[in-house]
Amino acid sequence: MKFLIGLFTFVVVIAGVIAFLLLPWQGLLLIVVLLGLWMLLTRRGRQAASVTAIGVGTLRQRLGSSAVIVVGIAGVVAVLVAMLAMANGYRETLRRTGGDDMAIVLRGASASEVSSVLGHDAAVVIAQAPGIAKDEQGKPIASPELVVAANLPMKGGNPEEDFGSVQLRGIGEMAWKLRTNAKIIAGRKFTPGLRELVAGKGAQRQFDGLEVDHEIKLGNQTWKVVGIFESKDAMESELWGDADVVGPTYRPNGANSSTSVFARLTSPEAFEPFKAALVSDPRLQVDVDTTVSYFSKQSEGTSKVITVIGMVVGAIMAIGAVFGALNTMFAAVATRAREIATLRAIGFRGLPVVVAIMLETMLLALVGGVLGGLIAWLVFNGYTASTLAAGTTGQLTFEFSVAPPVLWTGLKWALAIGFIGGLYPALRAARLPVTTALREL
Amino acid sequence: MANLVEIRNVSKVYERGKQKVEVLHHIELDIAKGDFLALMGPSGSGKTTLLNLIGGLDSPTDGSISVGGERIDRLGEGALAKWRSEHVGFIFQFYNLLPMLSAQKNVELPLLLTNLSAAQRKNNASIALQLVGLAERASHKPTELSGGQQQRVAIARAIVSDPDLLVCDEPTGDLDRQSAEDVLGLLQTLNRQHGKTIIMVTHDPKAAEYASHTLHLDKGTLVEQAQHA
Repeated sequence: MKFLIGLFTFVVVIAGVIAFLLLPWQGLLLIVVLLGLWMLLTRRGRQAASVTAIGVGTLRQRLGSSAVIVVGIAGVVAVLVAMLAMANGYRETLRRTGGDDMAIVLRGASASEVSSVLGHDAAVVIAQAPGIAKDEQGKPIASPELVVAANLPMKGGNPEEDFGSVQLRGIGEMAWKLRTNAKIIAGRKFTPGLRELVAGKGAQRQFDGLEVDHEIKLGNQTWKVVGIFESKDAMESELWGDADVVGPTYRPNGANSSTSVFARLTSPEAFEPFKAALVSDPRLQVDVDTTVSYFSKQSEGTSKVITVIGMVVGAIMAIGAVFGALNTMFAAVATRAREIATLRAIGFRGLPVVVAIMLETMLLALVGGVLGGLIAWLVFNGYTASTLAAGTTGQLTFEFSVAPPVLWTGLKWALAIGFIGGLYPALRAARLPVTTALREL
Repeated sequence: MANLVEIRNVSKVYERGKQKVEVLHHIELDIAKGDFLALMGPSGSGKTTLLNLIGGLDSPTDGSISVGGERIDRLGEGALAKWRSEHVGFIFQFYNLLPMLSAQKNVELPLLLTNLSAAQRKNNASIALQLVGLAERASHKPTELSGGQQQRVAIARAIVSDPDLLVCDEPTGDLDRQSAEDVLGLLQTLNRQHGKTIIMVTHDPKAAEYASHTLHLDKGTLVEQAQHA
């Protein structure tokens, strides 16, 4: 029976912790306010506040054992936040690449740009669809683009062996009008008709030889890097060249084809009519999506995997931290058994003792959580990494993003660890008969 | 004089694993209001158990205990805690002061359970410390006080909420002779001048002489009573 009660308590605690982890910040704020009111307005609450103050007051005398909780939880939170920041950075980079008022058109049933092929005629028809914004000369801002994979030596690696895949995008002049965020930060734009390239800032960080005026070998041809661009999105990981030069080099049999057409729409509301017109056009068999939706879908799988890995690693470390907290708090409760028993003898009830011990543990956990989040922020925020992105053929460069939601998740984990770590020692302290506790001294 | 404590047919049985140990057997006892009673007896005779039952720290297995007309054996844990905070002051052998709190703050502890303001709590604690002769040591922490002084702080804590009953478990067991006499003298003063009912467990016959009478317990049974001058 005792085992069943223990098991039931454990299940309830775990369910409560999961619910807590899913809680939005407003929920936690409400809990804090309610707890504060309880401690302010009720007799038991005031007792709990007094006992908490006494416990917290002894923390300085228990710096060593308290540090075990703080450091253990800080480690868990730092690792978790770093992993989540990686997933967040990856997701954000791909999300930033799109917009609600920019559409991407691919061949029907294509999972991504690299598996899509659109003929020249299809590209012309797409550019004439309703809802596409026009430039100052009245031309639709639609850009047929060709994406191919190229290999380049990795920076810092052996130039003969360590090659990585980079995405080469063949574009026309309209691509610059389409992506107004793309700016040349060094050199100049490529000249149409020439084997010239501009390299994204992220690609430049990853690959060797991507310096202005350097020549590189791509597709058995020599290309000259004439500029570096910055776009603060996934495009930064690419090389851009003239589509009319990239096409014949990489697809001699389908030089005029493209893999996708990007179009700037007059407004987000123009998307549905635009899509309807293309889907119902018998000359075309295409999939149409907003770029924000397309790139979100592309990032979904990888960011989920990173998030799950982060959670699993975090959970394993959290179990260790929970045992650390349990051990420390059991020891603290044992050390303070005389104090707790005395308080209960003079009339303090069990609940305030439970609340006080838990608040003390959660305070230590909060300190650990803040410390871990700070470490992760200092070390990883803005840290650049790259991975082979889903739906592309090249390395995607992205920055870890230790954003507030990521830190919030880390803090919630810290508090959850503190909650579990404090609960059982607190229950023990409150359940132990006063006479037994006094006799054990 | 009216009885403050009435104990009727009280037994206390502890279960240790499968074994049942009867610590008190059918105790019948009346303690008058304003009495100073010493409980003596060999180790394991049930003195502390009886004291804990009277102080509401434990409940009897059988029988009834009334203190000030209240059947404390019928109170639940929460109600018993509230009752203790209002009616009983505890004095322990090892003082049981909270080491990180000053003497003043230790004495204020029971008042945290009342609705008194911080200023009132401070004032009452100061009066209690004055009564035990330690007003000038109010800001000192327990480690900065001698054993006798610590026990006097504990006495101040026990009386600060003006309880009817003081229960003392070997209050001089950890003190030298002089300090023990000071503490016992203080208890006697509280009994004679302030009308506090005191029940004191002790092994020391000299300490018991400060009480108005002594009860002896042996193997959970009251065996004799001695009246002091």
